[in-house]
Amino acid sequence: MPIIDKPDGPVWKRRKTPVQLLIWFGWMVAIAITVMAWKRIAANDLLWVYMPTAGQQAVDMMQRMIPPNWSYMDKLWKPVWDTLNIATIGSVMAMAIAVPVAFAAARNTTPHKLVRAFALLIIVSTRSVNSLIWALALVFILGPGVLAGTLAIGLRSIGGCSKLLYEAIEEIDHNQVEAIEATGASRLQQMAYGILPQVMPTFAGVGVFRWDINIRQSTILGLVGAGGIGLQLSSSMNTLAWTQVSMILLVILGTVVISETVSAKVRHAII
Amino acid sequence: MLRLENVFKRYKTGDLALKDVTLEIPDGQVIALIGPSGAGKSTLIRCVNRLVNPTSGKIFLGDTELTSLSSGALRKARRRMGMIFQEYALVERLTVMENVLSGRLGYVGFWASWFRKFPKKDVQEAFRLLDRVGLLHMADKRADELSGGQRQRVGICRALIQNPELLLVDEPTASLDPKTSRQIMRLINELCKERGLAAIINIHDVLLAQMYSQRVVGLKAGELVFDGPPEGLVPEVLTDIYGEEDWEATIEEVDEDDEELLVEEAEVVA
Repeated sequence: MPIIDKPDGPVWKRRKTPVQLLIWFGWMVAIAITVMAWKRIAANDLLWVYMPTAGQQAVDMMQRMIPPNWSYMDKLWKPVWDTLNIATIGSVMAMAIAVPVAFAAARNTTPHKLVRAFALLIIVSTRSVNSLIWALALVFILGPGVLAGTLAIGLRSIGGCSKLLYEAIEEIDHNQVEAIEATGASRLQQMAYGILPQVMPTFAGVGVFRWDINIRQSTILGLVGAGGIGLQLSSSMNTLAWTQVSMILLVILGTVVISETVSAKVRHAII
Repeated sequence: MLRLENVFKRYKTGDLALKDVTLEIPDGQVIALIGPSGAGKSTLIRCVNRLVNPTSGKIFLGDTELTSLSSGALRKARRRMGMIFQEYALVERLTVMENVLSGRLGYVGFWASWFRKFPKKDVQEAFRLLDRVGLLHMADKRADELSGGQRQRVGICRALIQNPELLLVDEPTASLDPKTSRQIMRLINELCKERGLAAIINIHDVLLAQMYSQRVVGLKAGELVFDGPPEGLVPEVLTDIYGEEDWEATIEEVDEDDEELLVEEAEVVA
């Protein structure tokens, strides 16, 4: 763009000088704001009395957690199983609803503009509420337990999955669909033959990815009574049973590592 | 017989893609539709099977007026017209067999097609067609494993299994090398003869158009500017269609190139 003619030939620069200065100025303002914000936090919002002993406290807590209470594992198998079930059944439920919602929300497959608006509403509303909040509400309605947790995970995941799915549907190669349409195929057949094969890998990837997220999510749902290992975590913390807490954290870590490995393997296999 | 009467197409953007096109194609005739990019060739054949709806004018396939059909009747009418595409437009993640059988979707119900329960007769026909184009051994491969020429052969099978009266062929060779282009064009031509099919073939390549068609129609900025035998493509006509250029070289090459290649290809086939 800015090519400046000089006596010894044209010179090329990425930006014009005023633009470049403006960009530098922008950076300076950003840094100044950051520094000022930190100053404010330090002056008003920090409880300085805690600071000198913070390191000592952390070390203390660690020491109280070691060694983990291995025998407590006997009581953890059931909650871990619940947690896995909440995540898995919740994810399956979410995908079952998310797929039709995604087809209704994608511009190229929606039957009508109003249907699309409604589908988008479902996506936004389920997505905007955190699963912990869904769980709070559902525990209130259905009582504490695994069912509330599963529904909370499922509801929260509909929007997240649908959004990724409908974006994938909108990005397909239209030629392939046109070719199917030209054979005299019905709209449903066009979806089954022209669109579904193209989005299948994304669908599988999204499902597994969501399951992976949901495993992590479902470990904390117990905090509000919606079943799973979070319940044990919260009661152990309340009774200051730190060796149990560390045992639970280890179990959660193991579960998450396993779920991530599985989801990475599956996604790799599909793509 | 296909008949277009005063067909106009104006896109939402305001571009007039077809201007008063009137054209008649008798049964069994293969015509080449030539013209520069953007002349409306693709629009014209898409108006026939109504992937694009003409703005005004009438199109008849036999006694059926295609332009006034409801969506159900249109689907039935589309079964009578096979389409072959520039970029093959195969469903990449389906197998060759599934791609060929997708040509029967207009004939089978949704659940039958969903569970891949095509009538035995259709499956046999698919095998026969794949054998005809030399791809029988590829039936179970996924479409994205094939080369360009092979994909286009699958595309041809998909169109033919519809058992159409008319082939709409949109730039079948644009993504292929010169030799494969000729093989594909010859294959389309042979198949049309075998089955007495009429065909409209959109094509950039003037040489190929002359070699493999009985009649050439020239389109320029949406208007018919030439309609005649392949020999009628003299430099003046080409200048009229495409604009000023040294056309002598293009046309002279035809005969020598053609014969040479035909001999060469005959050897390959044998």
